[in-house]
Amino acid sequence: MGASQTRLEHNYDDLTEKSGFSHEQIKNLYQRFQQLSGNNEKISRDDLERIPALNNNPIRKQIITAFFDKRNQHQNDVGSLDEIGFEQFLMVMSHFRPVNSKATEEEKATVRKQKLRFLFNMHDTDNDGIITLDEYRTVVEELLSQSGAIETEVARAIADAAMLEVASTNVPHMAPDDFYEGITFEHFEQILKGIEMESRMHIRFLDKNAATMRCGKLSS
Amino acid sequence: LRSLGVFIRQAGTLLFICMILILLHGSRGEIPSKPIAATILPSVKPDGGVQAYPEDQKNNLPMFTMNYPRIQIPFEITLWVLLASFAKIGFHVYHKITIWVPESCLLISIGLIVGAIMHSVHEEPPAVLTSNVFFLYMLPLIVLDFVAVFMQVLWFAVVGTLWNSIGIGISLFAICQIPAFGVQDINLQENLLFSAIISAVDPVAVLNVFEDVSVNEQLYIVVFGECLFNDAVTVVLYNMFSFVAEMPVVEPVDVFIGVARFFIVGLGGMAFGILFGFVAAFTTRFTSKVREIEPLFVFMYSYLAYLVAELFAISSIMAIITCALTMKYYVEENVSQRSCTTIRHVIKMLASISETLIFFFLGVVTITTDHEWNWGYILFTLLFAFVWRGLGILVLTQIINPFRTIPFNMKDQFGLAYGGLRGAVSFALAFTLPDTIGRKQLFVTATIAVILFTVFLQGISIRPLIEFINVRRTNRNLETINVEIHGRLMEHTIAGIEDLCGQWSRFYWKDKFMKFNNRILRKILIRDSRAESSIVALYKKLELQNAMEILDTASGDISAAPSIVSLYEEKKSSSKPQKKFLAADLKNMHDILSKNMYKIRERTVAYRGKHALPNDNHTREILIRRHVSIRRSLRPGSFQSSYFSLPAGKSLESTFPAARRSYADDHETLSEVAYPSQRSRFGKPARSSSSKAMIPLRRLGTLEEVPSTDVLNEDSSSTEQGVFRTNSSYSDSHVPRPRRLNSSFDNNNGSADDLRNVHEEPSSPPPGWAAEPRDNTARNPLLRRPQWTPKRK
Repeated sequence: MGASQTRLEHNYDDLTEKSGFSHEQIKNLYQRFQQLSGNNEKISRDDLERIPALNNNPIRKQIITAFFDKRNQHQNDVGSLDEIGFEQFLMVMSHFRPVNSKATEEEKATVRKQKLRFLFNMHDTDNDGIITLDEYRTVVEELLSQSGAIETEVARAIADAAMLEVASTNVPHMAPDDFYEGITFEHFEQILKGIEMESRMHIRFLDKNAATMRCGKLSS
Repeated sequence: LRSLGVFIRQAGTLLFICMILILLHGSRGEIPSKPIAATILPSVKPDGGVQAYPEDQKNNLPMFTMNYPRIQIPFEITLWVLLASFAKIGFHVYHKITIWVPESCLLISIGLIVGAIMHSVHEEPPAVLTSNVFFLYMLPLIVLDFVAVFMQVLWFAVVGTLWNSIGIGISLFAICQIPAFGVQDINLQENLLFSAIISAVDPVAVLNVFEDVSVNEQLYIVVFGECLFNDAVTVVLYNMFSFVAEMPVVEPVDVFIGVARFFIVGLGGMAFGILFGFVAAFTTRFTSKVREIEPLFVFMYSYLAYLVAELFAISSIMAIITCALTMKYYVEENVSQRSCTTIRHVIKMLASISETLIFFFLGVVTITTDHEWNWGYILFTLLFAFVWRGLGILVLTQIINPFRTIPFNMKDQFGLAYGGLRGAVSFALAFTLPDTIGRKQLFVTATIAVILFTVFLQGISIRPLIEFINVRRTNRNLETINVEIHGRLMEHTIAGIEDLCGQWSRFYWKDKFMKFNNRILRKILIRDSRAESSIVALYKKLELQNAMEILDTASGDISAAPSIVSLYEEKKSSSKPQKKFLAADLKNMHDILSKNMYKIRERTVAYRGKHALPNDNHTREILIRRHVSIRRSLRPGSFQSSYFSLPAGKSLESTFPAARRSYADDHETLSEVAYPSQRSRFGKPARSSSSKAMIPLRRLGTLEEVPSTDVLNEDSSSTEQGVFRTNSSYSDSHVPRPRRLNSSFDNNNGSADDLRNVHEEPSSPPPGWAAEPRDNTARNPLLRRPQWTPKRK
């Protein structure tokens, strides 16, 4: 790891600035990155799909895709990548940083928006900026796929209900010939404004060596 | 309303006086000579004894006899309960009072008044309240109602109570050394004993206060949970110290034993509770034929848990709580709707009674016992209780905050500290102090003083204070499907990301436990053990609520049906690949809704308190009848796609009654099962109109689909109960219905998509389900019992 590590150290400050992680955290994540990629420079989808623990996750596909989604790179790009490097890995991870409690209200709002954006991107697989009914349905079906004995139709009904909720809260006065195209990001924000994102969408990236963490569990 | 209130007051006062007089004379077996309420017949001889046939009397068979001693005790109990309940009615007639003064205060005041009256006529209080009675009967009923607990709660409860007890005890002991107060004879053990008593925070009192104030969830849960769990600590400490107080010398080994005992008490309580919970769940698995006695099982098992725990002197409250928790999870899926409702109602009623009575008696006993008052001791007790609790909270929060996702801020901590009201638990404990303790009366007095102080002062002032310092309040308006879905989405995302970067968190253990649960426990304990997602449960619940409300309006609104039919027709012809929600749909729904918005809002009453029940039986009754009649009226003609799924030759009539019967049965009792019973504060939340919006479309459409449901039932008649009672105790007939509607609503669009999806996306449904309902070939899959085989993995 020697050469790449020194190279990395030059970038630490750069990375810290971009992603907001501390040096320790970046180091840990880098180790994990190395593990996942088999010491390559880049991770491909197969690498991620090989993680055994993810098998039980119903939205596994969406999560993995999120890593390769350019929109999550904070760069106003669209499309998807085939492989990602460590920097991109970090950028995706940065969505899950806990909010610093000393942050200003603006910063908190920005972070919240980022997290919401991440979720939005998870839905919006065709990159057109709105979540259509199909896309929503897909996600709901995935979510419910592990609950056992849930028919597709129920999942669809739920997705439909959710869409209607959004439509009604956001566009209450549509004319008879209007179509409700889909959920835009603003609508998305609106319907989720009650949820407290800060506590639910973050991971504690500890400042300890990732290797030792396998032995114990985090208390939270 | 005012006149009613006045009437109640007058009637209440009248009965109140009567009861007092009756009770006063009751012990002497006399009847008052004044004419009173008709319960007493004036034509009886004053001695009131059994009219035997004494020889020196006249020979007639006495027409009226009165035998008061025979019924005395139950009679008095009943009167006390009635009295307390009248008082409760009285409070609620004037809403303004209950806003500012918690119920417990009012009850105590009434008790004080009654006690004063009794005292002034030198009567003893009814001997009904001995602490045994209290412990054995009343306490379990109160706590069975609440079931939300966390790790942190344990932390606060255990360590906090220890901290408080020891702190208060030691400082009181220090005070005792000062000769000026004249209490030098109280030694350390006794002080510790006393402090153990008064550091027990009381769930009843706290609840009363926090309910009205609606602080944020976290705070509420922690405080309340703390109350519940510190029972374990208190019991141990109490026993330990009382044992020790009687011993002349304390040895170190006793301390160790004490600590070990503490763990036994706490964990033993939990173990017993879980054990009984499992047994109850297992029993109810087989009660499908004897539904009427299901509530009995629930009550008996929890009570048994309580008693057995008392037998072994381990924490009975913890036993009953864990028993209730376990039962709630497993038993609720086994028992019928009706049983669930019954259980809930009964528990609330009993809890209400016992809580009322406890405070009431507190007031009575306050006046009527002999007190030993010692200014110094009592004032310092108050002071220390307050100070140590504050310090304790401060320190504990500092330690635990790093582990919390949302740290407690200063305001929360203030709420926590201030919300530590003492109440009935301390009271009972004080009463059971062994008489060998010289200063028992002082302790009792001091305890009562502390209780009164906290309940009155803190109870009354906490509301304005909390509003003043603006503690984070709870947001009660979050029951939308979107929120639920995204909550889950976030959970899974986080879990996934954590797996990805190799970090564990609380979700890991939760996942593991859920897997174990699903694989093993549920199979054993639940009759029909398909797991159900919380999203689906919420969705069903919302659907149902909306359906009930919508359909409960004037049936003239079904006139919307034609417009929806026309939409339907329109969609049939168009075959746009992309699905959009026509605004017309929404507009129609909004029209329907806005006409009834007022009515709906009226019915969406804010939850009135933990003992008030969601009050919608009336709604439901009307709904059932309306629903049935609507179905019949809409059936002929309009939506013709419905009959395809009937097997050839079967008539609708034959299939229809079957479904209707059981449907009505379940529908009747579709009740608070899905209402979050956790906090019981949510009742009927104010929903966004959107979730209501979709209902007319669905309901009206699905009404005709009932026949297809019937078919399903016919097919699986042996498992009819299984079909109708899915895990959240919701009638399964609801599940197929939205499904059917979607199929028909989406028709061409749907089928086009479905068929496409089958080939393209792996997440599409298995081919069988994707079939268009209009095809007759679809009959077979539809007749199949719903099965979903997860395709992932």
